[in-house]
Amino acid sequence: MCMADVLGLPLASILDAEFMRLAFASGAVVGVLAPAIGFFLVQRQMSLIGDGIGHIAFAGVALGYLIGVSPVLTALIASVAGAVGIEQLRSRRRAVGDQALALFFYTGIAAGVVLISAANALNATLFTFLFGSILTVTRGDVILVGALGIAGLALIAVLYQGLVAVAVDEESARVSGIPVSRLNVTLAGLAGVAVALSMRIVGILLIAALMVLPVMTASRIARSLASALVSSMAIGLVSVLAGLVISYYFDLAPGGAIVLFAAILFCLASLVEMLGLRRDGG
Amino acid sequence: MRVVELNDVSFAYEGGPPVLSGVDMSIDRGEFVAIAGPNGGGKTTLVRLIVGLERPGAGEVLLGGSPDQPRRLPIGYLPQRADARLDAPITVTELVLAGRVPVRGVLAPLRAADRRAAAEAIERVGLTELRDRPITRLSGGQRQRAFIAKALAGEPELLVLDEPTAGVDADAQEALAALLDGLRRDLGVTVLYVSHEFGAIEPYVERLLLIRGGIVFDGKPSELPSSWHDPSHVHG
Repeated sequence: MCMADVLGLPLASILDAEFMRLAFASGAVVGVLAPAIGFFLVQRQMSLIGDGIGHIAFAGVALGYLIGVSPVLTALIASVAGAVGIEQLRSRRRAVGDQALALFFYTGIAAGVVLISAANALNATLFTFLFGSILTVTRGDVILVGALGIAGLALIAVLYQGLVAVAVDEESARVSGIPVSRLNVTLAGLAGVAVALSMRIVGILLIAALMVLPVMTASRIARSLASALVSSMAIGLVSVLAGLVISYYFDLAPGGAIVLFAAILFCLASLVEMLGLRRDGG
Repeated sequence: MRVVELNDVSFAYEGGPPVLSGVDMSIDRGEFVAIAGPNGGGKTTLVRLIVGLERPGAGEVLLGGSPDQPRRLPIGYLPQRADARLDAPITVTELVLAGRVPVRGVLAPLRAADRRAAAEAIERVGLTELRDRPITRLSGGQRQRAFIAKALAGEPELLVLDEPTAGVDADAQEALAALLDGLRRDLGVTVLYVSHEFGAIEPYVERLLLIRGGIVFDGKPSELPSSWHDPSHVHG
């Protein structure tokens, strides 16, 4: 007996509906990709950068509406450009601390509001970008998410050791000759890609949580960096799939369901940590 | 072979007074050099100039005979309070493998030779039994040795340690001193050791540089004037 039977929910197979198959396919990729990239941002105390990029993506979506181009495409371009811009300001110390993030965060949301107003697009469709939707994922979205998602994961796999070296100590990495600036820009660009790809499912306002919460959860139960990364991706995947199922049966915005599920997993992991059941190391 | 050479180097942080003026010095391959001086005297700035984290306002810094550093000379650098401020647990082996990246390049896959080199570096610092342990579960001295193993995995010709004994007990300082001396003798690694106090390391130091806005002493520790034996009280 499945959980839906227990709860007295509709028995129709969730996979019968094409929109759910598309949502699952797209969600599975972003559920793995977002924490894989967020992993390195969290290690470097840059957890909130996903939020900043999300607000720039909002401006990208609005621009898409205004000029009549796919909002996913314009959001992708805006996210990557914004993420690289934040990294450039941060690395060149043109803005102190989190000021670079604040600058892009507020400019992004302001530009988005202005462009949306100009496009007269303040409607329900816009809210699907803000909070995610399981109804709006298209076959084209799945192909784009699949292609860029797999490419992003492959790049993370190739650059893994270098990204770890920079996360451990940026200055030592720089002194030893590692191309730190190029790695940082690449990671920022990947974060922009992850935000743009995830916004259909999770929503612009909650995408940063999918990049951060699974990583925080995994860090509490893992015994090594590699196991923490793999666990982050597994937790992200489970959170997205569970959130989509909950969203389907209870008619909820998927972004909220996914992030709340991820938050519950974090609470459980914290409990495990408090009880001393983790990281016994060697 | 001359590993480090500074010619008439001066430096000031933006909008600030000069930190270092007219510094001339050189370090040869295999030397064990200590840099001492009072807080604010310019020790750390000198080290940051040598490893390329700061550019001199005047003069030149040559590494391995070239100003195009740090690419020409492999450097292992342990900054003050070396630690991995990561949220996730990183094991000793993972930390040391990250130190192989400068040797094999960021795009090359991890090979068996890299794992062997990492294992050898871990063995040299005496952490083989703890290789799978997260570094957060090591003592201060063990953690410091893990970072030295990471630096060694990069096959450095110059090993630079900035205040490595801060927060480390006397036994760990003894072990560190013996380890650094062994690296110099066995591998020919040039060691540059920065501290405001030396303790156990002093018998191994061949040459001492006292810094106070410039070099105020350059010689064997035994030649240091008795009134200067506490470097933190050096008066230029």
